[in-house]
Amino acid sequence: MEIFRPHSRKNVFSSSNDASSVPTIPLYRSAPPLEVRLEDFESFAIDRLRGFFFLRLSTFVFFASSNSKDLLLIPSPFAPRVLTTYSASHIYFSRGFPMVKELLKVNMRHQYTSEVLNKDIISHFVLRLVYCRTEDLRKWFLSMESALFRYRFRLLSAEAQKAVMEEFNLPYKAVSNVEFESVKDKLVQVARSMGQPSTADAIFYKVPFEEVPELVAGRKVFIKQGYAYVAMNQIVSLVATLFRSQLSKALILTNRKWTSSIREQEKHRLTPIVEALSSSYLGPDYSQSRENADISLKDIEQFAKSSFPLCMRHLFDKLKEDHHLKHGGRMQLGLFLKGVGLNLDDALAFWRAEFSKKVGLEKFEKQYAYNIRHNYGKEGKRTDYTPYSCQKIISSTPGAGDHHGCPYRHFSEENLRAAICGMGVNSRAMEDVIDKVRNRHYQLACTLTFEALHGMSCDAGINHPNQYFSDSRKILDSKTSAISLSRMLQSRVFWLLHKVLEPFSGVYLVPQVMDLQRENVVKSSMQPPKQFKCGSWNSSHYPGSWLKTRHSLLYTFHLYG
Amino acid sequence: MIPEHESVFNSNHLKLYYGKLFPFSDLVKWVSYGNDGKHPGCDQSYIGRREFSFTLENDIYLRFQSFNNALELENSIKERSPVKIDIGPVYTVDPSKRHAYAQSDDNAFAPVERELIFDIDMTDYDDVRYCCSGADVCLVCWPLMTIAIKVIDTSLRDDLGFKHILWVYSGRRGVHCWVCDGKARRLTNEQRGAIADYFRVYKGNENSHKKVSLTGAALHPFLATSYTNVLKNYFEKNLLTGQNLLATEERYEKILDMIPDESIASELRGRWQDSRRSSSAKEDINVVRWEQCKQVLQSGKHKAQGLRRCIEEIVFSFTYPRLDMEVSKHMNHLLKAPFCVHPKTGRVCVPIDPNRCEEFDPTTVPTLSQLIEELNSEGSRTDDDGELNRTSLGNAITLFRSSFLQPLLKACKEEIENCYNLKLQQSKNSLGW
Repeated sequence: MEIFRPHSRKNVFSSSNDASSVPTIPLYRSAPPLEVRLEDFESFAIDRLRGFFFLRLSTFVFFASSNSKDLLLIPSPFAPRVLTTYSASHIYFSRGFPMVKELLKVNMRHQYTSEVLNKDIISHFVLRLVYCRTEDLRKWFLSMESALFRYRFRLLSAEAQKAVMEEFNLPYKAVSNVEFESVKDKLVQVARSMGQPSTADAIFYKVPFEEVPELVAGRKVFIKQGYAYVAMNQIVSLVATLFRSQLSKALILTNRKWTSSIREQEKHRLTPIVEALSSSYLGPDYSQSRENADISLKDIEQFAKSSFPLCMRHLFDKLKEDHHLKHGGRMQLGLFLKGVGLNLDDALAFWRAEFSKKVGLEKFEKQYAYNIRHNYGKEGKRTDYTPYSCQKIISSTPGAGDHHGCPYRHFSEENLRAAICGMGVNSRAMEDVIDKVRNRHYQLACTLTFEALHGMSCDAGINHPNQYFSDSRKILDSKTSAISLSRMLQSRVFWLLHKVLEPFSGVYLVPQVMDLQRENVVKSSMQPPKQFKCGSWNSSHYPGSWLKTRHSLLYTFHLYG
Repeated sequence: MIPEHESVFNSNHLKLYYGKLFPFSDLVKWVSYGNDGKHPGCDQSYIGRREFSFTLENDIYLRFQSFNNALELENSIKERSPVKIDIGPVYTVDPSKRHAYAQSDDNAFAPVERELIFDIDMTDYDDVRYCCSGADVCLVCWPLMTIAIKVIDTSLRDDLGFKHILWVYSGRRGVHCWVCDGKARRLTNEQRGAIADYFRVYKGNENSHKKVSLTGAALHPFLATSYTNVLKNYFEKNLLTGQNLLATEERYEKILDMIPDESIASELRGRWQDSRRSSSAKEDINVVRWEQCKQVLQSGKHKAQGLRRCIEEIVFSFTYPRLDMEVSKHMNHLLKAPFCVHPKTGRVCVPIDPNRCEEFDPTTVPTLSQLIEELNSEGSRTDDDGELNRTSLGNAITLFRSSFLQPLLKACKEEIENCYNLKLQQSKNSLGW
């Protein structure tokens, strides 16, 4: 078997870039025609995952002490207060991008500089294989790769950006002066609607509106007769959309190849690596109900009070009150109950009991029973539908008459306070919850509610209503406070954190200023208590206090996923 | 109010309707988009890949039905007499044979084309109409639908550049919109979602407070145009008095609730509580109060940041179209076919002319029983169109053909020819090499 000496190998990817003098960014158009060592296959992929992780960190402010490799991460909103409280002489502070750049470099680096681009491309294609296999995996990978692409594109010079546009064969020309004058008023109006200064001298491109969906969705462009007027500083959206759609198509092809041949051919070599790489990231989807127990109809009422998250409790209460829920609510609650272990017959009985009071038995059987059976995979295309995750619920768009969605996100503060109070959360915990909501940390707010009601910490945070339920049952059933470490280690973010933070001698995650002061983290000249250390991996280093501080950071990531 | 003609909707009448009046060939001509022609560029498999779905009596759903031509559709519908016909997307393969492809891999059976559709339902406006609620509509609240048609139709044409747009009365309490341009049919789910979001202003649900929130120093041109050309006028000239939006305490409190500045709200409240007693004015009380509200909010001393948009926010809340987002966002959503008969009202889902939508009156839309009566009242002739024209459905069909179908098919024919010639050109070129 041939042993590669990487530095002697020609850089196969730079050829296209050699011709033009402008350095651009890889577009991953074709797979690398070279061999990769098995250990690189895995380690490159992990490095790229770290890179993704740091991209997500770009909403944080980083404090680093000037004389060590220690690193402090603080969510941006709290940063100014920290800065004014403590002398800046020991620390330098960087907001978002510059630090990310550094960290990206660390993870994208290679011992031979000529190999950096190869590593980039190889790791990309390895992850394609890893993340092509289900809709959820593809979605996650697409959003990560697009974020990386955007980030890199913004850093390019105007010249290089034009070169990338040419690579994509974008036929768009800047809007002529005459045309610009004719729509100038409207363009200024759009800029003002976004709170931006006048765009009098900006360059605009005229682009079919369907190629910039994200700008259309946010009403960030003027659209006329099918064309969107895209400002030069918005062009990243256009290019990234193209990048994303091409990658999306490629992923589907990769998936076809994977299922038709690669998986079998590589059964003993790559397949285990590929499957391990993705499964260590994604949490359970709760499509199977809890292993041990089906819940029965008579228990629901009691469980709803003790163990339903607010989103489900609210739907449950409204159903009891109105004897009706609109479609979105029926789906959200119905699938949750399925995940909790309510079998089809009981589900039908449950919904029938309520709906028949309002619409009558006959109409229920005619109009609603089908959908319930459909959810259980007994009708139509017979898919066994999975319960909605927090992410899905948070991003839903409840309209008039709807009660579904995430209360922390979709309720007014007033209504939310009343609802949380109704669950039995005390006023002090309530303020913490509201505080999280104001900072848009909805899952964290839910986690705090959980902790307030159960009187103990929820180590993994809440990212699925069914997880809320099962965690709650575990606590209430066993009355033991021990939450197994093994479960914690399985949690996907923990795994990633471990992988990501290895290069630093010490990393401290600080959720907000209050904690910072209480724990005296900064006061002792950047030398926090030993147990906060995360640089080495040892389970004894993670007592409760560390777990507490972890939440804010970790669950912000979920939101961006 | 539209009474529910449960008794009138009987299956014999429906059979007769499908037998004598339902425009099968127009419907199929439409969804074929010119591919049923003789031109070599036509895709003969196109119509057969479209999903139709029937709802039979007793709520039996038949999904994934497909037909190769108008005659097959006609025979099937006449045989089964569905109470509702839905139209779904065009798939990669014949949807009735989808199981044959299910095993191969996950993308063999997927939607490839679908009209961009919108569904606007009066029940979503229950918090801003006082005349009726739920499934009922009347001439007092119907203007909300007229507004929706005007705003969305104008933007679809002027902003997004679409031309072939069909508006249909849903038979009871709302309207459906089908955008049929080739470009619209081929939009991805993401692009559909973007358009739906572009139109989305109303963000409330049952549990949030403020339903419309407009920020920024200016309104986006689309919103500004809608406001000045449609919303403002309808609010002030029609809904304000029609719905008595400010006539009682309970109602004006709802509007005062939307004013973020408590002192202004209480100033107005004070005035309105007094004016109730001394209302000798000839002018409508709603109009008087609205003028006061505008005057206070827009007077110099209150031009604070948060209040600048307040008048607009109130008008948007009470008038701006509320779309069922999920219907528009996904290609595989079903939508009821035009010319179906609504099983509860017996009314036919007739097209609405967007240029004259303010004249549309849901209470005079022909009903099934009325049509059957008209059929019976004169001796039967055999000529199809003659039969149609004798009934009040004639105008609806004429409108469908002249303002929608004919221009659409002309454009489709051109598109097919251009596409074919381009391909021909390309293959010639490649031969040359």
